[in-house]
Amino acid sequence: MTAWDALRAALDSLRANPLRSALTMLGIVIGVAAVIAMVAVGAGARDQVLRQIASLGTNLIMVGQGSIARGGVKLGAGTASSLTEDDALAVLSEIPGVVVTAPSVRWGLQIVAGNQNWGTVLFGITPDYMDARDWSVAMGRGLSDEDAAQANKVVVLGQTVVRNLFGGGDPIGEPVRVFSTPLTVVGVLAEKGQNTQGQDQDDVIFVPLSTAKRNIPGMAKSNPRFIHTMVVKMRDGTDMAEAQAQIRDLLRQRHRLVAGQDDDFWMRDLSEVSATRDASSRALSFLLAAVAAVSLLVGGIGIMNIMLVSVTERTREIGLRLAIGARRRDILVQFLIESTTLSLIGAAIGVALGIGTAMGVATLAGWPTLIQIDSVVLAVVVSGIVGVFFGLYPARRAARLNPIEALRHE
Amino acid sequence: MASEPAEPQVAPLIAPLITVERLTRHYRMGPQIVHALDDVSVVIQRGEFVAVMGPSGSGKSTFMTLLGCLDRPDSGTYRLDGQEVAGQEGAGLSSDALAAVRNRSIGFVFQSFNLLPRQTALDNVMLPMVYAGVGHAQRIERALAALDAVGLRERARHRPSQLSGGQQQRVAIARALVNDPLLLLADEPTGALDSATSLEIIGLFQRLNRRGITIVLVTHEPEVARFAGRVLHFRDGRLIDDVNQTPEVAA
Repeated sequence: MTAWDALRAALDSLRANPLRSALTMLGIVIGVAAVIAMVAVGAGARDQVLRQIASLGTNLIMVGQGSIARGGVKLGAGTASSLTEDDALAVLSEIPGVVVTAPSVRWGLQIVAGNQNWGTVLFGITPDYMDARDWSVAMGRGLSDEDAAQANKVVVLGQTVVRNLFGGGDPIGEPVRVFSTPLTVVGVLAEKGQNTQGQDQDDVIFVPLSTAKRNIPGMAKSNPRFIHTMVVKMRDGTDMAEAQAQIRDLLRQRHRLVAGQDDDFWMRDLSEVSATRDASSRALSFLLAAVAAVSLLVGGIGIMNIMLVSVTERTREIGLRLAIGARRRDILVQFLIESTTLSLIGAAIGVALGIGTAMGVATLAGWPTLIQIDSVVLAVVVSGIVGVFFGLYPARRAARLNPIEALRHE
Repeated sequence: MASEPAEPQVAPLIAPLITVERLTRHYRMGPQIVHALDDVSVVIQRGEFVAVMGPSGSGKSTFMTLLGCLDRPDSGTYRLDGQEVAGQEGAGLSSDALAAVRNRSIGFVFQSFNLLPRQTALDNVMLPMVYAGVGHAQRIERALAALDAVGLRERARHRPSQLSGGQQQRVAIARALVNDPLLLLADEPTGALDSATSLEIIGLFQRLNRRGITIVLVTHEPEVARFAGRVLHFRDGRLIDDVNQTPEVAA
């Protein structure tokens, strides 16, 4: 008996009870469709997050001045003004593998242009900051070394700020005001969209660090060198954990912290963010795999059940086949192919349904979905294995029938 | 005569088709042992049409399943076409080899036809060739020829439910013939048919027999047995009578 003959016999037998065959497949259909659709949704979400993280740069280390929680009762939040521009310079010169350090201060404030005003966040930055954070300029120019050196009263606006202050108009060269300081718009940042926390990254304005220090009232009068954060950009391929440890040691030394004393700064590695995301998406994948496994298991039991019924119903047919020359192996193969066909047809329907669902979710709910070919292949292969595994017992029962008794079976 | 050389003690050039010696089969039914077949020896030549008769429980069906290689004897030997199918001390063919013998050398006809209900007459007739490894084109050709031999070529595409009982049995006979077997084994082939149709089927057997195929037909009806050239009578698992007769001609 060739495989083709067995397949024909299998399809014929499945057609004999179309409703029963369809219901039997349902477990496999649902399992496979669920896997493919959920993996597609998960992959789409992960892809979006990864792109956002990549836009932040994974070889960056953020260092900020001490927080309330870290400082406890001894040191209030940021009161230490612990982090300074000199720390940034020291990190750049003393830690191997550092490409750039970009110190910054930030301040929430109102910006005014003509009769419009808008609440936004001002960043006082060095020109390196834009490079370190992958900001590019859409119109005009960025901040220059000269701006920094001379504390020029210039500003670069984020897209959200431009939209709110100037509508559709061209802001380059226009005057704006923060507190009482007039600034000239020299550039507009390229759009970045939301970050991983859903915050609008384009709602910012950039001025030179020196300009901010000089013109923002109340900004760290006690320590003119103070900064809020610095971005440390490492060379590609640097061991980030090692670099963090070195920076930590250096800053503790510079801040004269003794052993046992808490850090008066915080440090964050953006690769940690991506690792967290990876771990959570791995957990999600594991959950999906568990759901799929249960569904396929239930589907497999359904197949076994129906195959046992089928073997009983077709006892005489089996007896006849044995009488006219079928070997036991032929009977075994016939029923195995039948159960596998059942599960693979279910898998095929499941693949179609899963892809359809993923595309439907993408259009209707607007979630990004990415159909993963390996999830499709895996689902089909596992379904095939389920068909063989759960078909084996009924098929062996069929193959072991006594031909005489089988022929007399009513 | 002493002066003439003795007849050489060799087997005839063409061995008998079936040689059965001291064939025995027991079944255990609870505490009892049933002697379904007890020490039966018989030789059937090529081209014979043999009816096997006896009341139910006489052993005729057991004899049939042993001839048909569907079962193995507990003792005794069975040679089919010179091949030792079942030998002394359990010697004999493997299960797969027995399947091959059933496939190529034996054609079965059953009382209840045993056609696959969802398949056409043609598909049913082709079934033995599926297990003989015959190519697809040849299967159709040979199946149509076999249907032609039973006069049902034009019904090839009909399903069993669309055929009368006699037609169904003729499809079953075509299926039995399609691998060109040496032996046709028919188990009560007219048991489910009315007498006119039975006569038709018996006539078909006689025509096939005249063309050379050996037929062993199990029946409990004397009016069927009279069309055979030889009748074996079984009772209580033993062969009690073996009669050669002039067969009536059915058609």
